[in-house]
Amino acid sequence: MNKNILGVDVPESISGLGKLKAFNGKRFSGTAHEMPNIKNPDQRMSKIVDNLESAIHLSGLKDGMTISFHHHFRNGDYIVNLVLEAIAKLGIKNLTVASSSLTDIHRPMIDHIKNGVVYRIETSGLRGELANQISHGLMEVPIVFRSHGGRAYSIASGELKIDVAFLGVPSTDLFGNANGFSREGDNSSACGSLGYAMVDAKYAEKVVLLSNNIVPYPNTPCAIPQTDVDYIVEIDAIGDPKGIMSGATRYSTNPKELMIAKAAADVMEASGYFEDGFSFQTGTGGSSLAVTRFLKEKMIRKGIKANFALGGITSQIVKLHEEGFIRKLLDVQSFDQDAVDSTLKNEFHHIVDAHFYAGPGVEGAAVDQLDMVVLSALEIDVNFNVNVLTGSDGVIRGAVGGHPDTSAGAKLAIIVAPLVRGRIPSILDRVNTICTPGMTVDVLVTEQGIAVNPARQDLIERLNTAGIKTETIEALKAKAEKIVGHPNPIEYGDKIVGIVTFRDGSVIDVIRQVSR
Amino acid sequence: MEIKKASTAGTLESSDIMILLDRGDNGIDIELKSSVLYQFGDQIRTVIEQTLLEAGVHNVKVIATDRGALDCTIKARVLTALHRAVETTDYKWGV
Amino acid sequence: MMFVPGNNPGLMADAHIYGPDALMFDLEDSVKLSEKDSARFLVYQALKTIDYGDIEKVVRVNPLNTPYGKADIEAMVFAGADIIRLPKSETAQDVIEVDEWITECEKKAGLEQGSVGMMAAIESGLGILNVLSIAQASPRLIGIAIGAEDFVTDLKTTRSPGGSELFTARSMLVFAARAAGIAVLDTVFADVNDDEGFRREVETIKQLGFDGKSVINPRQIAPVVEIFTPTAKEIEHAERVVEAIKEAEEKGLGVISLNGKMIDKPVVDRAQRVLKMAIAAGVI
Repeated sequence: MNKNILGVDVPESISGLGKLKAFNGKRFSGTAHEMPNIKNPDQRMSKIVDNLESAIHLSGLKDGMTISFHHHFRNGDYIVNLVLEAIAKLGIKNLTVASSSLTDIHRPMIDHIKNGVVYRIETSGLRGELANQISHGLMEVPIVFRSHGGRAYSIASGELKIDVAFLGVPSTDLFGNANGFSREGDNSSACGSLGYAMVDAKYAEKVVLLSNNIVPYPNTPCAIPQTDVDYIVEIDAIGDPKGIMSGATRYSTNPKELMIAKAAADVMEASGYFEDGFSFQTGTGGSSLAVTRFLKEKMIRKGIKANFALGGITSQIVKLHEEGFIRKLLDVQSFDQDAVDSTLKNEFHHIVDAHFYAGPGVEGAAVDQLDMVVLSALEIDVNFNVNVLTGSDGVIRGAVGGHPDTSAGAKLAIIVAPLVRGRIPSILDRVNTICTPGMTVDVLVTEQGIAVNPARQDLIERLNTAGIKTETIEALKAKAEKIVGHPNPIEYGDKIVGIVTFRDGSVIDVIRQVSR
Repeated sequence: MEIKKASTAGTLESSDIMILLDRGDNGIDIELKSSVLYQFGDQIRTVIEQTLLEAGVHNVKVIATDRGALDCTIKARVLTALHRAVETTDYKWGV
Repeated sequence: MMFVPGNNPGLMADAHIYGPDALMFDLEDSVKLSEKDSARFLVYQALKTIDYGDIEKVVRVNPLNTPYGKADIEAMVFAGADIIRLPKSETAQDVIEVDEWITECEKKAGLEQGSVGMMAAIESGLGILNVLSIAQASPRLIGIAIGAEDFVTDLKTTRSPGGSELFTARSMLVFAARAAGIAVLDTVFADVNDDEGFRREVETIKQLGFDGKSVINPRQIAPVVEIFTPTAKEIEHAERVVEAIKEAEEKGLGVISLNGKMIDKPVVDRAQRVLKMAIAAGVI
């Protein structure tokens, strides 16, 4: 028998309940999230720490660990460079950087790779000089490319264990309720959805938030809840607002892109999936975005509405939602200012995390409920395999993104691409890098013809019945080569500089060093 | 045909090629920069060389900066530069 | 008919994919004086090499009174252009001179005489006053067109949304084309972002009797096709008219009527024209 601090006799144990713990006067447990920086846990009022260095120190980051970042700030991101700089100064080395994506602004990472701070990288995409140097053999260990769904799944399943997540957030309160925007007024660095960061916050061992915008408690509703957060660092700027968010993405005025978009919308209309309550997603890229405009006309004509639009949400999708053509929006990443504004004001603009969006687990993801998706491609081959990662010169310059996730999930996956770009044909015998396997792709739409995967005879029939001509992808390829000639294949060295994984982490292709 | 002066034709816009011709005595000497060098470099060189040979030029220095031009554009730019270089307006169409 | 600037290799390679009836490669106003030779070589090579399918290949050459006109025409005849378009035509003599030079070029190129067609564009008050004699000046002429930008400048006015400054000229052009039995095409509409203004203008010129419109951007093709394509109702009516004549001919009836209305020759002609347009547009 123990007396607790209030003088109550507490039995050491009770049959059926097991051991009991007597109240000792401590107001906080101190076990879920230890806060050794605050000497008296009873006075713990805030997770804000003095500076980034102490947050790194407190997080217990050591040589060889894995740190993570998100890419919601796109090419305006200051967080990755800031954190790596601080880590380098502290002398920590051999880290694995697992970012949801990396862009041109992360060029300083080249030095951190050279000086041994960064040992290995996992990401969904890579661009700019960093990508160029990696393609030329900068790193010893190949990059692991994961799709958005694949990354979330590997984190949730423990295959990719994150020791410390450093997450820039456009608003947080002192306890870590964080969001991609703020209801308190300052939205200068808002990014809308924090869908990729939410997964890291949930599963990382330690979570450090960085924000320029500490708002009064509670910052609700929030994308990242306080229960996922350990430390908060206040910084002057999380990114360049111009790089984080562009204005409204405008419809393309490029006639070729519009022509492709119109043809893609015609395919959607005739596909059999264009019924009241349908769902769709459009990827980035002029043609793919412009599809929305033609869809609207068709929805009016047929008198139908969509139940939901998924994915990267754009101005056009928001407009359709506000006009009542799309009932709900599921947003893992807000592409422009209108989408950000919509997250603030539209009740049915719902923010989802990357796992909810595209995780490949048996529990299912939003992509599995998707009827149609329109995706761009850098290259597609005669087996309908798609490359969105390496350029025609073999150098990495793109992102896998949600491409294989949505393609695998949707009932109809449409790839849009111009037949040729300048002198480069889009259709090859074999793409330089397989990102999305052809077995998940249904249709290729170009400005000079439409090819359906022969596995989808049903679709060929439906399109032809609707008066849409289809041809073989080989015929389209021949059309392109008649214009530009047959390209010589890229020469690669032996060294593997990247591996591309499918949604479940299995290897779908390898990227080799370009040999020049 | 004899090159009388250095001349250029074409632009650095996408889908175009800029051709600079100058006197040379070392056969057809081509210096090529191209955005599609790895895929189409050989083909571009062949087109430039054949166009010059067909026009009866055997010694010339060529500096070509390509932005993904098609063969017919390359041919047109080479011929334009050549006619400017030899200062002729006798075009010989259909040859 | 879509304009393609003669010194733009990017557009030249795929201008035909947007489905115009004709492509007009321009060696004239869109080409700087210093690049006249490059444009001529470029269009020549493009016409020789690129497969433009069934699309008519028109080349707007420089006038004969410039140092480029003769060379342009010669090159384009050799290149296999279907039609030479003469800008700034003011008198029948302008057309006749070009016709004669084309004949010489056809001989040099070993082509059958008369195989290359001609179009004349009228861009001045004098040209409009001479439009009938221009339209009848050569058997090569398949059509006439108006170039509004130069025309309004010549008139010392500007283009307005309503187009009142062009009204008389447009109508005179249509009269002359009908008198000569050739086609008549309207001028370009410069603001590619003004979709509504463009549609209004196309509707106006269709009503005036024009056979088509020149466009400067592929995005303008779809509205022209849409407006010029007969509606389902028009097609249905035309089919019933044609059927009624057949029936009447079989029965040997002199006077034909449909739904109580007499069908005379103009009605029959219009119906046949509607069906021809519908077939051309691929809707029947």
